[in-house]
Amino acid sequence: MIIGLDVGGTHTDVVLLGQEGLVRQIKVPTNPSDLFATVLTGLEKITEGIDPARISRAVLSTTLATNRIVQGRIPEVGMIVSAGPGMDPELFRTGPHYHTVAGAIDHRGREITPIDEDQVIKVAEDLKKNGIRYVGVVSKFSVRNPAHEVAIGDLIVDRFEKVFLGHRIAGGLNFPRRIATTYLNASVYPIHKDFFEAVVNSLAKKGLNVPIRILKPDGGNMRFDASIDHPAQTILSGPAASVMGSVAFAPRDEECLVLDIGGTTTDMAVLVNGVPLLDPMGISIGEHQTLIRSLDTVSIGVGGDSAVRVVNGKIHIGPDRLGMAMAYGGPVPTPTDAIFLLGIGEGGDPEKAREGIQTVADALGTDLQDAANRVFEQACRTILDEAESMIGRINAKPVYTVHELWEGHRLQPRQILVLGGPAPWFAKGLERLSESRITVVPRWEVANAIGAGLARTTCEVTFFADTERQIATAPEERFSTVIPSTYTKEDAIKATLDLLRRKAIARGANPEHLELEVIEAMSFNMVRGFTTTGRNIRVTAQVKPGLIHGYDPIAEKIMDNSFT
Amino acid sequence: MLRAKHKTGLVFFPAFDWAISPTHPEREERLLYTQDQVFEEGILDVEGIIEYKPDLVTKKDVQRVHFCVPDLWAVMTESHFISAGGAKTIAMAVMDKQVERGFALVRPPGHHANRVVHGARGFCNVNIEAIMVEFIRQAYGVNRVAIVDTDCHHGDGTQDIYWHDPDTLFISIHQDGRTLYPGSGFLSELGGPNAVGSTINIPLPPNTSGEGILHAIREVVLPLLKEFQPEIVINSAGQDNHYSDPITNMNFSAQGYAELTTLLKPDIAVLEGGYAIEGALPYVNAGIILAMAGMDYSHLREPDFDPVKIRQSPEVSRWVHKTCDKVLENWHQRRHLAEMYRGDYQFMNRDRNIYYDTDNIHEHQQETIRVCDSCGGALKIDSAARGMKHILAVHIPRKACETCRKQGYQWYDSADTTQYDKIYLQDRTGDVIKEKAEPS
Repeated sequence: MIIGLDVGGTHTDVVLLGQEGLVRQIKVPTNPSDLFATVLTGLEKITEGIDPARISRAVLSTTLATNRIVQGRIPEVGMIVSAGPGMDPELFRTGPHYHTVAGAIDHRGREITPIDEDQVIKVAEDLKKNGIRYVGVVSKFSVRNPAHEVAIGDLIVDRFEKVFLGHRIAGGLNFPRRIATTYLNASVYPIHKDFFEAVVNSLAKKGLNVPIRILKPDGGNMRFDASIDHPAQTILSGPAASVMGSVAFAPRDEECLVLDIGGTTTDMAVLVNGVPLLDPMGISIGEHQTLIRSLDTVSIGVGGDSAVRVVNGKIHIGPDRLGMAMAYGGPVPTPTDAIFLLGIGEGGDPEKAREGIQTVADALGTDLQDAANRVFEQACRTILDEAESMIGRINAKPVYTVHELWEGHRLQPRQILVLGGPAPWFAKGLERLSESRITVVPRWEVANAIGAGLARTTCEVTFFADTERQIATAPEERFSTVIPSTYTKEDAIKATLDLLRRKAIARGANPEHLELEVIEAMSFNMVRGFTTTGRNIRVTAQVKPGLIHGYDPIAEKIMDNSFT
Repeated sequence: MLRAKHKTGLVFFPAFDWAISPTHPEREERLLYTQDQVFEEGILDVEGIIEYKPDLVTKKDVQRVHFCVPDLWAVMTESHFISAGGAKTIAMAVMDKQVERGFALVRPPGHHANRVVHGARGFCNVNIEAIMVEFIRQAYGVNRVAIVDTDCHHGDGTQDIYWHDPDTLFISIHQDGRTLYPGSGFLSELGGPNAVGSTINIPLPPNTSGEGILHAIREVVLPLLKEFQPEIVINSAGQDNHYSDPITNMNFSAQGYAELTTLLKPDIAVLEGGYAIEGALPYVNAGIILAMAGMDYSHLREPDFDPVKIRQSPEVSRWVHKTCDKVLENWHQRRHLAEMYRGDYQFMNRDRNIYYDTDNIHEHQQETIRVCDSCGGALKIDSAARGMKHILAVHIPRKACETCRKQGYQWYDSADTTQYDKIYLQDRTGDVIKEKAEPS
């Protein structure tokens, strides 16, 4: 059996999944100041009376690191950055302990300026003197040649508790994002490590030796031990949990839109043939733009509990939530109150809901029914409009080949999957306004936790070969080899998939059922003078985000006794 | 988060699957390292630098500028629709005020493409700047335009298209035509009889470095722009003045290009040539983008940059200064020069041989322009490509006077289809494109 646990802002959802389907589902209140207690309570409750040996894994999606980053409650870490010519590296300063040092590498991975060992050691001593325990090392183009990062790392590794090297964090080009991502990894490391070690130990003391996995924002998971070196890859996994919860019920042969409508926000994502689309760059959190792989999701401030106001005769919904709906004792009217008044849903105190909507009606100079209708319709309309602009943005994504531009496919989802607390109610409103088929995801109120539980292990490999320089390298995987000048794109693809297979298994994937996919494979003839001097080959491959092998029976059973 | 001082639009279209031929300078690899540098520097993450996906140009957009022989499909590949489309996309973003400025970092280039196109010359099939300019004139009613071509090669195609247009100031700064393709762009080339002074050539000697090129910008280009008062300034931003370019002999640097962009403040820049794909383009393009966005580029330089090695000699400086003085002298005397040039002629002819190096085509042109004080003048071109097609093309300019318009139609209507493979008409007064031919 599998446990899925998703920590939300107000509630933490936990499910237990087995061959018989959804065995158990619980909700525990989230205590933001003690997430450890929240997670532990959730895990204890869901396993009450269950033989721990029957539980193969528990997949957790927590807001721990995310909250600490957003609130700035992270330890001070040191950064050693070698940039060489280009943008001023001072622009990417992460904090007081940010040092730029000598050293430069060009776009093909050739050394332009060596590092200065004495300078590095002086910086390290300075950091040490300031009580720094965690350090990030980043050089420009380190994903083409990690030599400088490795050399700096070797020089300082003995002086600090943990040193993170930029090229090991992600394979893509983007120096400022590499700095930010490495910085976040170093900052989040002690928080992440202490938290999950405590969870594992506490469970062990209670006789619950459950293997722990952590959900990532790309909709995949990784084993807890693998996450120690990539702690920042666990942030902002919440939207991914919900998206993965809808995947089992998404059409396999067309595009669809996923809407996770919560109390405060609505998260949106797109599934193409059941596979969620990834953000081409990486997550942004607070002021940090990163290389952390993520599903392409958009979050807007419209949900069931959004505050409804009337300003100059116009209805404004959200983006804030001031509490629950008035029907449940909240302070201001909300779309949920409108839903209750319209009889689309039932709950709380109808008199309070009426009171709330009456203030809206008065401000608009209309009757109750009309006010409720307008509030509800505007909430639904806003969600659909924002979804449309998200699709527009994805379709406007630049491409770099004639073929892609000419043959380029445009997304046109014709189905919308809805989940989250008020999903069935909103579905009724969306149906009225949209031509798409609207489907409520079975077990919509815990689909997020189900998604966390059923998500597979994902990862990505970026590979680079230069036959003129006779090197092939995937620095993130610590892979580098000499290649003959006859090396081809096909060779590169084979090597990439091999690295990916090994990486996925090490991170916890099922070796029997790996769904590997080449995302990009390009080979350029390098011509100097009028002679071809080599080939410049770039390959990227990934484990597609998706559900673990053998989930179908579980999903079917969940579907059998679900909301329809 | 980093912010651009000037909101800047960018179309980046490297056409990673298009080449003239596998080892041609204009090949798939050309913008590969530029992409690496721009991506690695994180320039596209800067707030206020907005990347656009290029739209395609329409058939009409191309035919508004060019007479394509035998037809449009013979001279345009998919890639040309996109590269011209990239320039158009950026122009629209600027005209719609989504951004303050824009840079179309696209290939293939276009500034060697003339009004009549039988094939490719100087790696160019169609003129992407001219297609863009005529589009914004048509769609946004823009009138006065300045095009400053800073490619190392003379922008002879753009010069040809705007030779008779008094509302387009075309300035080309390039390596002296006696030492480099296409072998034109001399001081005396000042525009046709109705537009003397609206074409300006600044040929610079080999080994001119930043000092000389920026002198020409400061002392000639900027004062001329100030006097001409264009509504929009376009930079044909070729990057082959770079000291490491394999097919030219100049000594410009990435810093120099960035400074040129800062001085010129173009509304729109369009990439042209530049074939030092590893040593120059990554740094020059990063510099141009940063300069357009009004950001700091002082830390940007090539790995092998050595200012001492590329400093220009006193002799080069003297030559540059003399050339610039002469350009200014011609400019100030342009009305007088026009009078002398026109004399009492009602029509003037130009007879030219045009060689298409890329496609090895020999074209012979006989051009007739109606001398006119009120407009750019009706234009007729009789063009024959050796062993290929013979056409007659009539162009009626955008603001043609009634006499010139009538003259254009008279030429077109009276032309004998048995004499030509095809007869073309561009009536820019009504944005009308026509053609006629003997039924085959």
